[in-house]
Amino acid sequence: MYSEQVMEHFKNPRNVGEIENPDGIGHVGNAVCGDVMELYIRVEDGIIVDAKFKTFGCGAAIATSSMVTELVKGKKVEEALKISNRAVAEALGGLPSIKMHCSVLAEEALKSAIDDYLNKLKRGQSERAA
Amino acid sequence: MAAMKRIYLDHAATTPMDPEVLRAMLPFFSDAFGNPSSIHSFGQETRAFVEEARDKIATLIGARSEEIVFTGGGTEADNFAIKGVAFANEGKGDHVITTSIEHHAVLESCKFLERRGFRITYLPVGIDGLVDPQDVKKAITDRTILISVMHANNEVGTIEPLAEIGKIAREEGIYFHTDAVQTVGHIPVNVDELGIDLLAMSAHKLYGPKGVGALYIRKGTKLIPFIHGGEQERRRRAGTENVPAIVGFGKAAEIAQREMDSVAKHLIHLRGKLIEGMTERIEHIHLNGHPTRRLPNNVNMSIEFVEGESMLLNLDLEGIAASTGSACSSSSLEPSYVLLAMGFPQELAHGSLRFSMGRETTEEDIDRVLEVLPGIIARLRAMSPMLKSIR
Repeated sequence: MYSEQVMEHFKNPRNVGEIENPDGIGHVGNAVCGDVMELYIRVEDGIIVDAKFKTFGCGAAIATSSMVTELVKGKKVEEALKISNRAVAEALGGLPSIKMHCSVLAEEALKSAIDDYLNKLKRGQSERAA
Repeated sequence: MAAMKRIYLDHAATTPMDPEVLRAMLPFFSDAFGNPSSIHSFGQETRAFVEEARDKIATLIGARSEEIVFTGGGTEADNFAIKGVAFANEGKGDHVITTSIEHHAVLESCKFLERRGFRITYLPVGIDGLVDPQDVKKAITDRTILISVMHANNEVGTIEPLAEIGKIAREEGIYFHTDAVQTVGHIPVNVDELGIDLLAMSAHKLYGPKGVGALYIRKGTKLIPFIHGGEQERRRRAGTENVPAIVGFGKAAEIAQREMDSVAKHLIHLRGKLIEGMTERIEHIHLNGHPTRRLPNNVNMSIEFVEGESMLLNLDLEGIAASTGSACSSSSLEPSYVLLAMGFPQELAHGSLRFSMGRETTEEDIDRVLEVLPGIIARLRAMSPMLKSIR
């Protein structure tokens, strides 16, 4: 049912864990639906230099979390914002249609982590201005 | 690399066919091809084998041969019983009582009736999955025509108090149907002792072939035929009999009767070993279903902070086949309605794991599960954001 790439990322997920004092955290999904994703990013000079995740969910949820962290590492923040759920699914050689929502969750987790980073940045700037 | 031994622990889904069953079936795919309805010798020789199979199945459940109607499986038998009784007794009433944890074959048949104007009561169950016979009694109205309660639940293995419910149904003069797909051939089933009027069974759950089942219909029960178009099965189920499958079903019933006691003893031992072993080795897990009133082969555990499908995939990579009530493993993306009906929070329903053992399951198989499962769960928990909340 899953592609080889999905199974590979499921078996050997990349970037599992948390980042201490991350520049951004995304928390999406809920246990009621059976999927929870947490995504942490570290940003230096506008570039995402590190990304880690923690996920409660099915094989597709774990594989998409793993893939999205791989895709964002080394990308500029504005480029990372352009990563779509489709791109995550394609990088995994496709997902069963019933599992496409897992890739949406991965995209949302990334967007939410970047939003968190941008908000912190804004707050920092306004604090400095004040 | 040596081929890994695969361990099949999903017997509630289907069982491997017994080689003895296959041998019994083979002649009916070739030389013995006659239509049992034919008068000539070709027909008469297969007719004799169909009737012999019917006798064996009747014996297994304490029924008479003429009360057994072969069907295309357990789902058809459930559909036949529920719709057949409902439509034959519309003049008498329009109310059916069932439970919220039935197999979809029963639930969806009831929903179909609901759309046609029948009223259905879906009884709740306790945290152990048990239906309270007093709830059945209280739900009865003067319009009730059928009570349908499964013998044992396919997910959590709880065995329902059918004898008590059967007694109530008898006193009130209401037909009593049971989906006994998980119990026939595994634990003793006697239609008289349990007070049953209609009972659905399936061959492939007892080491027989797929595509064949049967409905027990107590003599005198009013129900309309399910499939029209021939005189077969006393005009209750038209269509040329699936002779090889029926013969296989009969053989499977004969073997089940012979081996039931020793197999159940073996499985109850392994069940205890697996439950204890998991509880000792893994924290934050709970047994689902009733601790003792349960199928000998069923172990269903909720494992906190991990999701079922990811456990299943990891077990499969180790060659172990199990099942889960997680939404992610179903096409509906809904977690197990059985666990939800038992009052479990959704999180726990997503993290349920079912092992259903069979007569070929060995001590070594259970040892292997106990060897690999704790590592799988530890790895998934390390990845889970849910665990932080309890730290």
